[in-house]
Amino acid sequence: MESSAAKEARLVLADGTTFEGESAGAEPPGGIATGEAVFNTVMSGYQEVITDPSYAGQVIAFTYPHIGNYGVAPADDESRRPFCRGVIVRDLARRPSNWRTAESLEAYLVRHGVPAITGVDTRRLTRHLRQAGSMPCAFGTAAEADLKAAAASEAGTEGVDLIGSVTTPEAYTCGDGPLRVVAYDFGIKRAILRHLGGMATVEVVPATTPAEEVLARSPDGVFLSNGPGDPAAVTYAHQNIGRLLGQVPVFGICLGHQLLAAALGAHTYKLPFGHHGGNHPVGRTDDDTVEITSQNHNYAVAADTLEPAAEVTHNNLNDGVVEGLRARHVPAFSVQYHPEASPGPHDASYLFEQFRDLMSEHSSGMPRRGDAQA
Amino acid sequence: MPRRSDIESILVIGSGPIVIGQASEFDYSGTQACRVLRDEGFRVVLANSNPATIMTDPDFAHRTYIEPLSTDVLAAIIERERPQALLPTLGGQTALNLAMALHERGILDDLGVEMIGAKPVAIATAENREQFKEAMTGIGLTVPSSGFAYDLDEALEVGDRIGYPLIVRPSYILGGAGSGMAHDTDSLRAMAMAGLEASPVSEILIERSIAGWKEYELEVMRDRADNCVVICSIENLDPMGVHTGDSITVAPAQTLSDVEYQSMRDAAFSCIRRIGVETGGSNIQFAVNPLDGDLVVIEMNPRVSRSSALASKATGFPIAKVAARLAVGYTLDEIPNDITRRTPASFEPTIDYVVTKLPRWAFEKFPGTAGVLGTRMQSVGEAMAMGRTFAESLQKGLRSLEHGRSGLNCDPAEALLDDLDDDELVRRAAVATPDRPFQLEAALRRGVGIDRLAAATRVDPWFLDQIAQISEERARLAGTNLEGMDRRSWRRAKRLGFSDAQLAWLWSRHQNPVTDDPVTEAPVTEERVRSARLGAGAAATFKAVDTCGAEFEAETPYHHSTYEDEDEIVGTGGRSVVILGSGPNRIGQGIEFDYCCVHACFALREAGLQTVMVNCNPETVSTDYDTSDRLYFEPLTAEDVANVIDAERAAAASSGGTLEGVIVSMGGQTPLKLAATLPAGLVLGTSPESIDLAEDRERWSSLCARLEIPQPAGGTATNVDEALAIVERIGYPALVRPSYVLGGRAMEIVYEEQSLRRAMAELATFGGPYDGTADGATPGSRAGSLGREGGLSAERPVLVDRFLEDAIEVDVDAVRDASGEVVIGGVMEHVEEAGVHSGDSACVIPPPTLARSVVEVIEGYTSAIADALDVRGLLNVQYAVKQNQVFVIEANPRASRTVPFVSKATGVPLAKVAARVMLGATLAELRHEGLLRAAVNGGHVSVKEAVLPFSRFPDVDTVLGPEMRSTGEVMGIDVTFGLAFAKSQIAAGDELPESGSVFFSLADRDKESGVAAASRFVELGFSLAATAGTAEHLERRGVPVETVVGKLGEDPPDGGGDGGEDGGPEPDRYGGMTAVELIASGKVQLVVNTPKGMGSRADGAYIRSAASVHKIPCLTTVAAARAAAAGIADWGRHQLSVRSLQEYLERSQLQLPL
Repeated sequence: MESSAAKEARLVLADGTTFEGESAGAEPPGGIATGEAVFNTVMSGYQEVITDPSYAGQVIAFTYPHIGNYGVAPADDESRRPFCRGVIVRDLARRPSNWRTAESLEAYLVRHGVPAITGVDTRRLTRHLRQAGSMPCAFGTAAEADLKAAAASEAGTEGVDLIGSVTTPEAYTCGDGPLRVVAYDFGIKRAILRHLGGMATVEVVPATTPAEEVLARSPDGVFLSNGPGDPAAVTYAHQNIGRLLGQVPVFGICLGHQLLAAALGAHTYKLPFGHHGGNHPVGRTDDDTVEITSQNHNYAVAADTLEPAAEVTHNNLNDGVVEGLRARHVPAFSVQYHPEASPGPHDASYLFEQFRDLMSEHSSGMPRRGDAQA
Repeated sequence: MPRRSDIESILVIGSGPIVIGQASEFDYSGTQACRVLRDEGFRVVLANSNPATIMTDPDFAHRTYIEPLSTDVLAAIIERERPQALLPTLGGQTALNLAMALHERGILDDLGVEMIGAKPVAIATAENREQFKEAMTGIGLTVPSSGFAYDLDEALEVGDRIGYPLIVRPSYILGGAGSGMAHDTDSLRAMAMAGLEASPVSEILIERSIAGWKEYELEVMRDRADNCVVICSIENLDPMGVHTGDSITVAPAQTLSDVEYQSMRDAAFSCIRRIGVETGGSNIQFAVNPLDGDLVVIEMNPRVSRSSALASKATGFPIAKVAARLAVGYTLDEIPNDITRRTPASFEPTIDYVVTKLPRWAFEKFPGTAGVLGTRMQSVGEAMAMGRTFAESLQKGLRSLEHGRSGLNCDPAEALLDDLDDDELVRRAAVATPDRPFQLEAALRRGVGIDRLAAATRVDPWFLDQIAQISEERARLAGTNLEGMDRRSWRRAKRLGFSDAQLAWLWSRHQNPVTDDPVTEAPVTEERVRSARLGAGAAATFKAVDTCGAEFEAETPYHHSTYEDEDEIVGTGGRSVVILGSGPNRIGQGIEFDYCCVHACFALREAGLQTVMVNCNPETVSTDYDTSDRLYFEPLTAEDVANVIDAERAAAASSGGTLEGVIVSMGGQTPLKLAATLPAGLVLGTSPESIDLAEDRERWSSLCARLEIPQPAGGTATNVDEALAIVERIGYPALVRPSYVLGGRAMEIVYEEQSLRRAMAELATFGGPYDGTADGATPGSRAGSLGREGGLSAERPVLVDRFLEDAIEVDVDAVRDASGEVVIGGVMEHVEEAGVHSGDSACVIPPPTLARSVVEVIEGYTSAIADALDVRGLLNVQYAVKQNQVFVIEANPRASRTVPFVSKATGVPLAKVAARVMLGATLAELRHEGLLRAAVNGGHVSVKEAVLPFSRFPDVDTVLGPEMRSTGEVMGIDVTFGLAFAKSQIAAGDELPESGSVFFSLADRDKESGVAAASRFVELGFSLAATAGTAEHLERRGVPVETVVGKLGEDPPDGGGDGGEDGGPEPDRYGGMTAVELIASGKVQLVVNTPKGMGSRADGAYIRSAASVHKIPCLTTVAAARAAAAGIADWGRHQLSVRSLQEYLERSQLQLPL
């Protein structure tokens, strides 16, 4: 939005790089918002991105210049509220247009206290982050020196457990499918629950729930959700997942994938600027077919640390990063990307069916709830 | 899956001549395909009748057949070359239809040719509307309710069942010909009749109108492993009801939520899989109900299309190149992304800019057309613009169109809308016309609400709000002035796409914002705006097009300007040359000029220079990112070109390179007009002074006098009296034309005073600032000087010349170097006499009727003119020869429309040679180097024929005249003039009859010359029919006329056809039939009708219109009739023989059986 009333604002990166813009969205305290700057290359789906809890602690820069064109629709929220720390755009739509629109993106951001900056040369920002790596930033209407100081003192996400801020405080149930799945909520997206809920009754449990409590719910399978931050910092999860492996089929997505890998003894590392977009080609190692995937991760599993416990099932065709794995000795698999899409392509939704089949295979002989009723 | 090893040789079919709906985008895709297939080691056999294409350069295929695109010809080519595979998906609808015809006739099976890319069953399912509908319903997709009809009764029945309004679409057609909307039984009857006629299978689809819904397209690719990707989504600004080729379209889709976008993507994949397009690109069109998101599939093209070309240019993803690779066995993940080089093609491009495509129409060429847009495509070209916002790309796109507009209003031409009240403005905007964007802005500027405007026009409110932001910014700018602008405000204006020319106009027009006094000081010039802006630190920055939104480092040479922090141009050192392209295709400036620009580029690259291309036409080879070393996708205006020059100078300076200069003479009028705005000394080749010398009537005349080269008598007039005085001196008929025109705009031949007075009156208003037809402004010029075209003034007088009747027109293309050597590229004799625009006339190399001595005189004059103008590069001279005396008509020291034809006919790469000469090489050096070869002459005859778009404009007279109206050209090559001419006619879509009856209706002045032609037809076994007067004359001269028809049923008052001079109906020898009825009866196979005058509805119009409706070839000159007779004679005596260009040009291999 380019209006004369717009207040000048600046975006400053931790390395001192400064961008001009105008303030938008919620007014941050003291005119300064901070977080780790990451860029996302989706051209549609900003609402899903902004409400994805995996962005906790981060400021999202959209590479597509017009953001907010079709407004915001309640059905597209991926969580109860946005957990990101801010939004950077080139042009924030003034008047949205779509039959599903409930409100404008700016009104939504204001309502949820998310600060934003518009008018930024987001391509320059993206090129910079691509070269220098993701880094903390500060933006707002405060003086440039104050923004600089704030950016410099802002901690990154490395070694930080951000899950506590996004996980559900209490267990809850959703879905009505015939199977029973316990889903660890590390910052779970609603689209995942919709997929799982179609095949199972899903009991969503807090991230720190001990393995024994999970097993006590006698699930057909355990799901490890996506979520924010550094997987290496979430050691309790590694231990819990380790105790579940072999007991029950396990499926993980994104952070869940990294945590499964860690539980299998593999290592994770931080990517220079991560994968955030809806167009990443992933190759399946079994039949060489390609799926276009939705991705959002800053960390990845080190391929050479997987064997002998697990094998790689999917690779990112752009840069070779591990995108999927299967445990060799226990019924567990995971993908780094987002088969639930939202936003993004639906190419990988078959993975949920794969999870269902795995659960069915392993629970055969044991009466399932659905069977009992039948 | 690797490259297929079971195929060795592949036949690629091109799309033939440029016509509305099928333009140079298929040269772009075909050229890419040929290149790729060659690189992959296949033997490529190419068939295309269009000599102006890059793809038909002998270097792009092993065997290039410039032959008519008919099934017989293709069968002969296949027989001769025996390819194992046929790739039909890169030559538009033409190639697809031909491939299907070859398949249906069993030729492919018989000769063991496999169709690759798309199989016949897939093509049939996609193209046949009934099958398509069934297929879509089968996979759960919705299509608009509809029914098929094969005759009129059925059509009316279907209409009653579905309810009005309805859309009628003929099957197997391109560009929506014959399509239209019917609101009641009467209009359905008319539409259905036209549609059944247009469809090659006499099938029409009648469907529920979803006019007003939002229209989208997805460009999809699929490989053998069933991997599917979307390359680009496109949203139309114009809602359903306007053909997508006539719509303003925007990429990516702007107003779809991800939920909707992904379900559209799923639907597109289901569609391509169900149709069974195994490999390659397809485009799928959808409509979405703006009220509830209801999604319906409109159609699918199982081939590379105009939209694919746009999607390729919009994203940087080379669809045609990848499609060609997929067709020969690769999968997407095996093909590298050319732009990033390190990531595979199996991905979906993401872009960080907005692309807007705007059509360019030529309604001013076709008086009588309504100028209203509908489901039948009418545009002749398009421009594409990129910006970081829609507003920026829209304004850049509007100035790219070169219609004399500086952007979205805020220029002199906006005054057109000032007199309309709000209601009228909204009412007009509700009808889709070329003026709609301007009307929308004007309405929003006046405060008409977005909701009201959206309801009236069905343009999405998001787009309207973007336009409103332009209006609001304009109001803010109007409240300040040059001095009031700081860096931030400059950036805000420029980010919304305002041009310096708009700002100059705004600030020159408005009152002093402080005192409210009218501004009395000197007007603010564009130059002042630019220098103030640059002084404030608001310079254009160039961003790269990299397919990935900057996620990966890209070695991309492809750029667009915007106003941001960072510029991405990096110098590469070396000597660089900027080549200015020709902008959007239009009648008079088409693909031929792109050919010249691309050749210049190739030649200079080969010579080790860094080439920099500037153009805004997405349909062309020149805007392919690997044609040049660097591509700027930018409008061709003074401001935008200056930005490029500044960027290139800076890049050169920072990398130790040098900017050698700018080539302005390869792309037609568009770049030539910019020469004056370029820094002195940067223009390469012939000096701007020489160019002006050739264009300035007085100076040119005195030059001719000095050289003792005769010109037709004439003079210049700025008013009627002066014109009458000239004619008094030189006599009638006279050729009247405005100075500085393109494509013969508004040129006319007048035979008496009344016509002269009318022509002068029309010219007085022609091309003025509010005329709307001005072809290209001189950018930066102020109000009242929209281009140097039109309007009467001392600077722009009307040229009045004696018109040489029955003269032979001759065109010459030549090259001269700095040492003074001149090489004559080709001497072309026109088939139609002088008076028919050279672009609309057939022409022949070598000249079939000119005496050797006449040709020598012409060559001598050409050399003398080249010397006198100190030409460095190309020169085109037009002559008229009357009774062996040679008159010079005009000279243009620049690339001409005929350069590609000459090059194809003679094997001399004229444009390449000229480009090198412009950079200082001498012809002797180029000869030594091998670039300049001796012309191949004598063994064959080449005929170029024009292709006219009359079927698109049914109400327009088909007679040829001094105003150019052809959209494209074809070439026929064979061993005699007759054979080559016959091939050119077949290629142009007018197959000459082998027997039957020829109908003659001649103007008085043509009656005598028509005798020989008519008797030739009789000798060939044809019977003759004629209007009474013509019949009387022929019979008096001993030519038997079997059938005489009298007065027409629908005569204009002064007598129908040219039958008017007959003085009443003759005794009717055909049972009371009129000429129109005779043509409709199917009893004549060829019509020869020459017009009496040049009015838009002159006599004979009904005859020509009847011929056009019933698809009977109609010749409008006696010369063409003579040529046709020669063609029919030779055609009957010879077997159809096809031969490749390479064989013609490598004379050692040539053994011509006669």
